Amino acid sequence: MAKGTLENQRIASVATIHIILIILSAIFLLPLAWMISTSLKPTEETLLSPPTWIPSRILIENFGKAWNYNADTLGYVPFLVYGRNTIIICFLVVAGTVISNSIVGYSFARLKWPGRDLAFALTLATMMIPFPILMVPLFGLFKELGWIGTFRPLWVGSFFAGAFNIFLLRQFFRTIPFELSEAAKLDGCSEWNIFTQVILPLAKPALAVVALFSFLGTWNDFLGPLLYLQSQETFTLALGLRSYQSQNGGTDWNLVMAASCMVIAPVIILFFFAQKTFIQGIAATGLKG
Amino acid sequence: MSRQKRQQNLIGYLFISPWLIGFSVFTAWPFLQSLWLSFTRYDIISEPKWVGFANYHALFTQDPQFWQSLQVTFTYAAVAVPLGILCGFGLALLLNIRIKGQEIYRTLFYIPSIVPAVATSVIFVWIMNPQIGLLNGLLKTVGIIGPNWLNDPTWSLTSLVLISLWGVGGSMVIYLAGLKDVPLSLYEASLVDGASAWHRLKAITWPFMTPVIFFNLIMGVIGSFQYFTNAFIMTNGGPQDSTLFYSLYLFNRAFRYLDMGYASAMAWILFVIVVGATSILFMTQKKWVQYGNN
Repeated sequence: MAKGTLENQRIASVATIHIILIILSAIFLLPLAWMISTSLKPTEETLLSPPTWIPSRILIENFGKAWNYNADTLGYVPFLVYGRNTIIICFLVVAGTVISNSIVGYSFARLKWPGRDLAFALTLATMMIPFPILMVPLFGLFKELGWIGTFRPLWVGSFFAGAFNIFLLRQFFRTIPFELSEAAKLDGCSEWNIFTQVILPLAKPALAVVALFSFLGTWNDFLGPLLYLQSQETFTLALGLRSYQSQNGGTDWNLVMAASCMVIAPVIILFFFAQKTFIQGIAATGLKG
Repeated sequence: MSRQKRQQNLIGYLFISPWLIGFSVFTAWPFLQSLWLSFTRYDIISEPKWVGFANYHALFTQDPQFWQSLQVTFTYAAVAVPLGILCGFGLALLLNIRIKGQEIYRTLFYIPSIVPAVATSVIFVWIMNPQIGLLNGLLKTVGIIGPNWLNDPTWSLTSLVLISLWGVGGSMVIYLAGLKDVPLSLYEASLVDGASAWHRLKAITWPFMTPVIFFNLIMGVIGSFQYFTNAFIMTNGGPQDSTLFYSLYLFNRAFRYLDMGYASAMAWILFVIVVGATSILFMTQKKWVQYGNN
């Protein structure tokens, strides 16, 4: 009898937790649902008060309109060009970040040289420098080099490693048994070969985390492109969405939301394909600080 | 032997060289240069001109916007950071209970945090539209007349804090990973002792989580001083400078008014504040952060 009541209590509390979680997830999803709902509406329905959720007519062509916005006067399809630019920059940044940080992280984790600990402390200290402090001199430097208006300021730096990823990879490289390196060395492997043939294959999960987050960071970056890109043809999606919104927000919210969908969709699709890497990455970055 | 050693060192330095170059060119040099520029008048077109402490003097004595931007940023840090930790941690606790479907809930809470800041900003400008936005529409159905949110100086900063909570899933996942490391044996022992859920949270979970919370606190405070994109797009500092974040004001000074020397002085004040704030937080950590007690 007593056992039965306990069981009922347990069911009741599980149900309560589910109800709370369902309400909360509904609140969290509301903005995205509203974005999708708006993106499919005719313009006059976006102006209704109180707002309606289900469009009377579903207008898929809103996406085409946003996609082709001003294409005839510009001579190119803007979001296609923004998308291409973003992908080029993302590709270069991911390549640079993975290559440079794995080399540097390897040196900090598995090579011995005088001054290593001091250099590592210095690396960590740079994480404390907020970007706005470097913003003005960096802009001056890139201007001096004639790089303003090109993609270079956005990706060249990634080929020279950064504190956060160095740290992440160093931590991972250190968990790989040192006996493996010793054995390879006895077989006559050079340090470079040990690195590329023994250690890197074992570090794939960590490299995936670094690649994923540098991709995401670049895809989402706004301040960088805002500082360095000038003509609309060189804009990234983030910058393009912003300029699209400042031109059409206030009138065609359905089109602005359709454009937002297009900028968000790749990130969410990527998330579903790489969910495990996401979770691993976040756990690794948060815990070891 | 010593030759081998020398060769070993050389390899180490070769591997480190990308960082060494990057650190010198993209961090150390700009860092020091901005210190020098802070004592000059500089508009990026002509040569910097030495003006001594004039920029700092003007900032502290003649620039109400500077003080306003400090106030906005500190207020945001003091409210949004603790609130974010509380919500993220609370969600993690809820999602750590063993019931069915947690994977799905976790995914749903996490997704908003990977949405690009630009898209988040655009969506919320639309949702918080005073006349035809969803938020005030929903409030109206329950009989509340909503404020003007981002367009009202008394509500604009609150709006940005609320929007920041939408991205709380990012830190939630970090806390969840931390909660997995709390030894189950401790919970079992306390269940035998008949401890209440609240007591378990306070005596077992909390101490184990303090390093993770501390980490998030530090990153949150530094993040507040870099808060830019959302404010730039949603309010551009307004109305009436009520959301003039420090980084936004610095950006405007540097790139709108081409007042680069002045902006550099702001940058160095920012650096001193960030170092000061983190040092203070590090000093408090002995009192409440518990490392390696497993």
